[in-house]
Amino acid sequence: MSAADVKARPLRHVSTRFLRSELRLIFGRRRNQAGLGILAVVPLILAVTVKVSTPRPGHGPDFLASITSNGLFVALASLSIELGLFLPLAVGTIAGDSIAGEANIGTLRYLLAVPVHRTRLLAVKFAAITIFSLTATAWVSLVGAVAGLALFGGGAMTTLSGSQIGMGQAMLRVALATLYLGLCFASLGAIGLFISTLTEQPIGATIAVVILNVMSFILDSIPQLSWLHEWLPTHWWMSFGDFLRDPIAWGDVNRGLVTAAGYALVFWLAAWARFSDKDVTG
Amino acid sequence: MSREQGDSVGDVPQGDFASGDFAVVTAGLTKRFQQQVAVDAVDLLVPRGAVYGFLGPNGSGKTTTIRMLLGLIRPTAGHHRLLGKAMPHGAGEVLPLVGSLVEGPAFHPYLSARANLARLDSVDRHADPHTTKARIDGALDRVGLLAAADKKYRAYSLGMRQRLAIAGTLLVPRELLVLDEPTNGLDPQGTREVRHLIGSLADDGATVLVSSHLLSEVEQVCTHIGVMHVGRLLTQGPIAEVRAVSEPRVRVDTDRPEDAARVLRGLGVVEVVVEPGLATGTLAQLAPDKIVAALVQDGVPVTGFAVERPSLEDLFVSLTGEGFNVSG
Repeated sequence: MSAADVKARPLRHVSTRFLRSELRLIFGRRRNQAGLGILAVVPLILAVTVKVSTPRPGHGPDFLASITSNGLFVALASLSIELGLFLPLAVGTIAGDSIAGEANIGTLRYLLAVPVHRTRLLAVKFAAITIFSLTATAWVSLVGAVAGLALFGGGAMTTLSGSQIGMGQAMLRVALATLYLGLCFASLGAIGLFISTLTEQPIGATIAVVILNVMSFILDSIPQLSWLHEWLPTHWWMSFGDFLRDPIAWGDVNRGLVTAAGYALVFWLAAWARFSDKDVTG
Repeated sequence: MSREQGDSVGDVPQGDFASGDFAVVTAGLTKRFQQQVAVDAVDLLVPRGAVYGFLGPNGSGKTTTIRMLLGLIRPTAGHHRLLGKAMPHGAGEVLPLVGSLVEGPAFHPYLSARANLARLDSVDRHADPHTTKARIDGALDRVGLLAAADKKYRAYSLGMRQRLAIAGTLLVPRELLVLDEPTNGLDPQGTREVRHLIGSLADDGATVLVSSHLLSEVEQVCTHIGVMHVGRLLTQGPIAEVRAVSEPRVRVDTDRPEDAARVLRGLGVVEVVVEPGLATGTLAQLAPDKIVAALVQDGVPVTGFAVERPSLEDLFVSLTGEGFNVSG
């Protein structure tokens, strides 16, 4: 009887409906839209203030000094400013929401009763976090690039190695740097996903992610802990600048990607170990 | 989720446990939270096609049992089957046929009713995306929410939220509906409508397990009942059978209750109680008309006469020796 009815409602194997629904929830939510708006403010302020002031060469971060020579550097300077707090906070908010947010309002029990297999839930949630992370990073980059090109123009770019690359090559390099950082933040998102399975308070999970992120930067700045540095989740993030060397310095970037993949895998599995068996009482 | 329970099947005969005649079978289902036993060796039997009233005061373990049925929490001990399939192993196969309302409605506050149902539908791997809109409208219509379909959930009243949760269970045809306190927060009219809805779902052939802490609410619509008290299932079965345990009582209104009591005792009525202005007793096998005749014959002035079936509430009191109050 039941078996016949299950057949009457065939399983639709390959479907992105759940993921699309997840993305609609994330990008349709006012709070998140406002967050993306705030992320866009930094490149705008940066571009405008540099335009109206007269920058003195030799001061500030590398990228900041280069802005006037090529507008694309606004994108890179914005990323290096926002990777300390704003972008991790944005990813932490989404990741903190992922499980704890659903548990907090009670929708988690209804998802599981549909049923959504818990492994599938964690997979889709992490996919959505990763997409958000890439999108938010690309958004900062895009706003920076557009504002920069509008105010300072494009053309050939002087790499950090001192050589010149064409505009097309420069845009590709900026895109690769953006992708790299987006993936780094997604690994932070996996940590957030794990924390999100521990609590029913999404804001608590978000705060924990930000604290871990800041803690990682602090530990990274203590020379006595140099043995630890290469293992810290944030240690390789600044290597995104290596895409602007000529040729691209892949060494640290690859280490960064392996570190990010390692953190993502370990914490996704930790989330699974924690959640697959958990009593859902919220 | 897929952890095997090692305990024996318990009191339920193996044949019944394995058969598909029951929509819900539990054997020794137990849940312990730290020191407290929330559900203690419960053996539920819900026949297919039944409307099963799962009754008990707040805190008696109904919701915890339902959470275990749906695989939301793992039993400390015991087994259960839904629609003949062992849970939680069969969850992926069986839960698409089970609509559930657990511990009140829960939706995304900043989405409309329609968007919330679309969200639920989108995660259902069995649902056909081409019919989503029609099915959502159908479900909303059935609970009377179609006119408010595009309102944000945040703006919904408790009664509307409850209806929306019920609509969520009706997105696809179900064989079993597990409704935990579906009338919570509804006004009398809404309560009637939910009762009516449960009746119509049962007419469609679905089995309904409906929990309530308000006995009178479900009494009228149920074919079977199970009564929970402090984590234990006190009794269950077809409603007539359960109620037959307590016999009807006769009530004689008179200004001479002592004389009336004497007559009643003389006729073999037991447990006779005399109160000012009335005498009551348990009818045993006696035909009520004989009592009236005997009273008149003895010259006892009868101002009122009634045979009262004990309410479920009386039944509950007689089963537990206490009222239908929250048990700690």
